[in-house]
Amino acid sequence: MNRRMSWFNVTSLTLGFAFLYLPMLILIIYSFNSSKLVTVWAGFSTKWYGELLHNQQFLDAAWVTLRVGVMSSTAATVLGTMAAYVMVRGGRFFGRTLFSGMIYAPLVMPEVITGLSLLLLFIAIGLDRGIFTIVLAHTTFSMCYVSVVVSSRLMTFDRSLEEAALDLGCSPFDAFKSVTLPIITPAVISGWLLAFTLSLDDLVIASFASGPSSTTLPIKIFSAVRLGVSPEINALSTIMIGIVATGVITTSLISKNAIRRQRQEELEGTKQ
Amino acid sequence: MAEANPQKVFAPWEDPNQAPLIRFEGVTKKFGTFTAVDNLNLDIYRGEFFALLGPSGCGKTTLMRMLAGFEDPTMGNIWLDDVDVAPIPPNKRPVNMMFQSYALFPHLTVWDNIAFGLKRSDMPQEQIGDRVQAMLRLTRLEQFAKRKPHQISGGQRQRVALARSLAKAPKLLLLDEPLGALDKKLRQETQFELMDIQEKTGTTFVIVTHDQEEAMTVATRVAVMDHGKLVQVATPAGIYETPNSVYVADFIGEVNIIEGAAAPMGDGKVDIAFAEGVEPIHATIGEPVTAGQKVFFAIRPEKIHVGREPDPTRANRIRGKVHDIAYLGNISTYRVELETGQMISAQMTNARRLSRRDFTWEDEVWLSWTDTAGVVLTR
Repeated sequence: MNRRMSWFNVTSLTLGFAFLYLPMLILIIYSFNSSKLVTVWAGFSTKWYGELLHNQQFLDAAWVTLRVGVMSSTAATVLGTMAAYVMVRGGRFFGRTLFSGMIYAPLVMPEVITGLSLLLLFIAIGLDRGIFTIVLAHTTFSMCYVSVVVSSRLMTFDRSLEEAALDLGCSPFDAFKSVTLPIITPAVISGWLLAFTLSLDDLVIASFASGPSSTTLPIKIFSAVRLGVSPEINALSTIMIGIVATGVITTSLISKNAIRRQRQEELEGTKQ
Repeated sequence: MAEANPQKVFAPWEDPNQAPLIRFEGVTKKFGTFTAVDNLNLDIYRGEFFALLGPSGCGKTTLMRMLAGFEDPTMGNIWLDDVDVAPIPPNKRPVNMMFQSYALFPHLTVWDNIAFGLKRSDMPQEQIGDRVQAMLRLTRLEQFAKRKPHQISGGQRQRVALARSLAKAPKLLLLDEPLGALDKKLRQETQFELMDIQEKTGTTFVIVTHDQEEAMTVATRVAVMDHGKLVQVATPAGIYETPNSVYVADFIGEVNIIEGAAAPMGDGKVDIAFAEGVEPIHATIGEPVTAGQKVFFAIRPEKIHVGREPDPTRANRIRGKVHDIAYLGNISTYRVELETGQMISAQMTNARRLSRRDFTWEDEVWLSWTDTAGVVLTR
């Protein structure tokens, strides 16, 4: 194979990446701008990051976002893993196709509709909107992502491992706990990180489900921008990009590592 | 059993007073419309090394999975030590299984893999260590106790799987193609190890395999299966020397099958006319045949003598031409074309060095065999 890339490949790569990342790059650069005017560069400074630490409103919103993220992604991981397990291991039961379709439907459902229907539900059952309702809403939509990640791992899982556990005296729950779960842990962690990232990002559903006392960061940023973009928001957004990027990269590293290790084990398995 | 009289051969299936350890009673298993196991009756005795042999899809694995409790029979009963096992879940059965893929837990060390079942039994904590150590010693794995399954070789993994399934001292050990993943040389070594361990522990082994050589080597009795039915259950020698059907004869080892019309000659002898204008085959019958009945004469290649001259001491002598020679070192297989067009395989041991070999391609030879060398089959 030719080791050097052709000029065509180089051009398309550059254009593609520029299209994807140039806006974010500009945002990150301007977060280090010392001028108060967002569009005029006046030298390097980190003062907006410092200001951010004194802005109680932003700090409150960040704290809400973090709590919502941890709670909803944990709940979504538990439910999503359970759903994936039933889907892959449950065999053929009545309504299986419908059930699997319904688990994956929120993936393609417009967020506005999910948000609106949740809002209607909360009003109908008289639930006061606050952190709890955002957690519920985020759990609902991120659970299906977790179940996709975990079920794809379970599909390649050697069923006889579970049978061996049963054969050696485990109850079905014990077999899941001491054999299946430890082996699929990387996928479960990936699922959790994915759910956490999604929860951190979400604006639409959160704005339907949030109450006056529970503003998440994306909502806060969105409403602040309407009054004008400030360098402070650039700084905040840069931090969020950092967190999300870390989450996504960690997720992909975990799954890539797990795949590589699995391959290696299989390779060694065929050697005598 | 054998202690009282060392001369006595281990054959509990011939003793009407022996109660079987496992009894299949009219067991049928259906998957949708497919019948995997079809109204099967079988007794397996304590201390046996029993082989279920057959091509893939013949129902042998299903039979084993029903013993382990992973499948329920559609009809019929399975008795283990006079207890109907139907309502007992796999984790409560005194049966352990060694899986084809070994199914070692990748996140646990060899030691923890072997201890896995013991920790879930009612064995006191302080005895578990001793038991695991004994198992490690039995399978010669002492120095690998701390390793993970992916850090040891295929043969070692196979032994870990064996140690793990034997650790709980089950009444019955099921082995699902236990040596399938090993290369030939290692497989042969391991077969003898398995037999050795089976004898030492006295556990009843049931092995599923599609490798006839493996079944013949390890088993006290072999059950040949086809389409969910047992075709023949007998000792390895019985299966090889007196197969009850063309299917079994053909499945185990090499065989020449010659189709012909029977002409009973009385005194247990039969003549089989297989071609126009050729002397019929003289053979001995196992089951009664009527005159003109279509029969199959089955004879193993090594029972046929190849010579330059007909051998007057053998009842059957027939002329042919060497078509092919397969030299295998210790033996040579000659494919001889008869004047009637049939191909017959005959085997001779190479007692002499190659340079003194008697026949070559296109040589005229005589095939001779006695009237008891082959078997006459009706199906």
